[in-house]
Amino acid sequence: MIELIIYGIILGSIIALGSIGLTLIWGITELFNCAHGDQITVGAYSALIFIALFTRLGIMQEPIGPFSFGWGILIAFIPAILVSMGLAILIDQLVYRPIRQARGHFITAFIASIGVAWALRGLIYIIWGADFHFYTTGLRPMIFLPMGIKFRTDEIFIVVVAWIAVAAVYIFMSKAKMGKALRALADNPGLARISGINTERMLVWAWGIAGLLIAVAGVLYGIETQLRPEMGWIFLLPLFAAVILGGKGSITGALAGGLVLGIAQQVSTAWLLPSYKPAVAFLIMILVLIFRPKGIFGTRQV
Amino acid sequence: MAGILNFLVSFAIMAAIYAIFAMALNVHWGYTGLLNFGIAGFFAVGAYTSAMFTSKMPTGTLAKYVKMAFGFDLPFLCGVLAAGIAAGIIAVLIGLLTLRLSEGYLAIATLGIAESIRLVLNNEHWLANGPQGLIGLPKPLYGLVPPAYYNYIYLIIVVIFLAIIYFALERGIRSPWGRVLRAIREDEVMASADGKNIFLFKLQSLALGAVIMGIGGALYAHYSGAIQPAVFEPLFGTFIIWTMLTLGGTGNNKGAILGAFIVWALWSWSTFLILKFVPQGFQTRAPFIRYVIIGFLLAGIMVKRPKGLIGEERTVSRF
Repeated sequence: MIELIIYGIILGSIIALGSIGLTLIWGITELFNCAHGDQITVGAYSALIFIALFTRLGIMQEPIGPFSFGWGILIAFIPAILVSMGLAILIDQLVYRPIRQARGHFITAFIASIGVAWALRGLIYIIWGADFHFYTTGLRPMIFLPMGIKFRTDEIFIVVVAWIAVAAVYIFMSKAKMGKALRALADNPGLARISGINTERMLVWAWGIAGLLIAVAGVLYGIETQLRPEMGWIFLLPLFAAVILGGKGSITGALAGGLVLGIAQQVSTAWLLPSYKPAVAFLIMILVLIFRPKGIFGTRQV
Repeated sequence: MAGILNFLVSFAIMAAIYAIFAMALNVHWGYTGLLNFGIAGFFAVGAYTSAMFTSKMPTGTLAKYVKMAFGFDLPFLCGVLAAGIAAGIIAVLIGLLTLRLSEGYLAIATLGIAESIRLVLNNEHWLANGPQGLIGLPKPLYGLVPPAYYNYIYLIIVVIFLAIIYFALERGIRSPWGRVLRAIREDEVMASADGKNIFLFKLQSLALGAVIMGIGGALYAHYSGAIQPAVFEPLFGTFIIWTMLTLGGTGNNKGAILGAFIVWALWSWSTFLILKFVPQGFQTRAPFIRYVIIGFLLAGIMVKRPKGLIGEERTVSRF
């Protein structure tokens, strides 16, 4: 049971990281972005381009310390982040901005984001095919603790990076001037505009930050499991659940929601088939929607 | 020539089945403003119910390989009726749980329920044979004509269903009941100030649309003759139908039918063209171009023409 809880914390950290970008965009633009999961897939695959390049060149292959991966992956984070940020901003400019300007209903953008999701997934299938891909094919070292608890050393890295990213976003949103402007925009767009905040430029920043978080989540998720075109879409469903659990726009809520879902999903495998994990996430989400529609972890806006 | 004609007939059957789904979604989204992202769930319930009502329980050695909770060996129409009723019952249960949620939440909740239904069908082997699904489903009026011409018969059956549903819905939306649904879509508070029970009307709308989806699922099951849980994944079971309705015209049944035929033509004919023109080595990846087409189409419609090709008629009353 302790082992399942530890697995739950690992899964929950990745869910939390993935859901923070989602909740930021939801809080700021009112858009529930259905393409978020497939953008995560794009992030993971764009790191793969560079890892494949390093492998071809035969550099940066040696595993660092106790981990299964070499410096190549750490360096590949940077181009993956740039691609993901660029993509997020591009999608916003091409799809959501015209809808905003036409004063479309938020559901119009919601449905459009589903179209974006399918288009991205189709492109990934076309470029990389339906096969699984791996960042590293080497051994995956394990750590053995007392009471038969074991996990991979990579997972320590995943949890640490995820928590650093979450903390950085939290500090940015609560302390930095830009973070405050973004929160103002989320609270009251009209008031933010007449206070001299350039809302369109702020939205570019918001999507850029979301793109950064998406890429980090994608690469970490790729290290934890394997890369396949459906990975982000399947991952999206627990992300939605975590965000709803945490309440609209709340970073700490998304973090707590992610951990609750991660632990609940892993612990449920003690009684249920592992393939029911998404259904467990949904059951929790529906119960929360019915009994606490504003989320269980406070309603503070970002 | 005969080949092209056969292709057109099987195209028309699937397009007409999808048109039924698009009209059902139109009841939910077009008339009532309910964001149902769980079409695939009602689709699956309808298809499996009808399949199991009309199939024989497997016997002998077959029983070792094919597991089913029940099999009643009833005629086709009983299966279709049962499919509609089962989907309607599921819709009422879902509605009681979720219809008080706001629009976006309803979408995500229905998506989750549809995925859960698919997971249950996939994992519970005793229920309907798990991932292998059910095969050899009976075809209505089989043996009336030589098997090579059977699709013509089925096309006639599907078109009859399509016509009945179309005229019934047109009648319904022009009735006072239909106008209440549109009032709820436009302004819930006003409709409730007029003394309408919003929740009850939404529940009726959800159930009516789901019954039609169940019937559509049954028609699909008996046409394809085989169903597996993989058919009811969100793209094929839900979002392609959303693309059809939004392209054709939300709130307009003619638009729903038009959208179904256009999108299904893009989908099925692109497979045909890909197999013909794309080089051999690329053929396993090329079909995914359809994902990109559907995706761009859906996003493009939302940006350029959110009302679709034929928009809603402004007045539905004759006076």
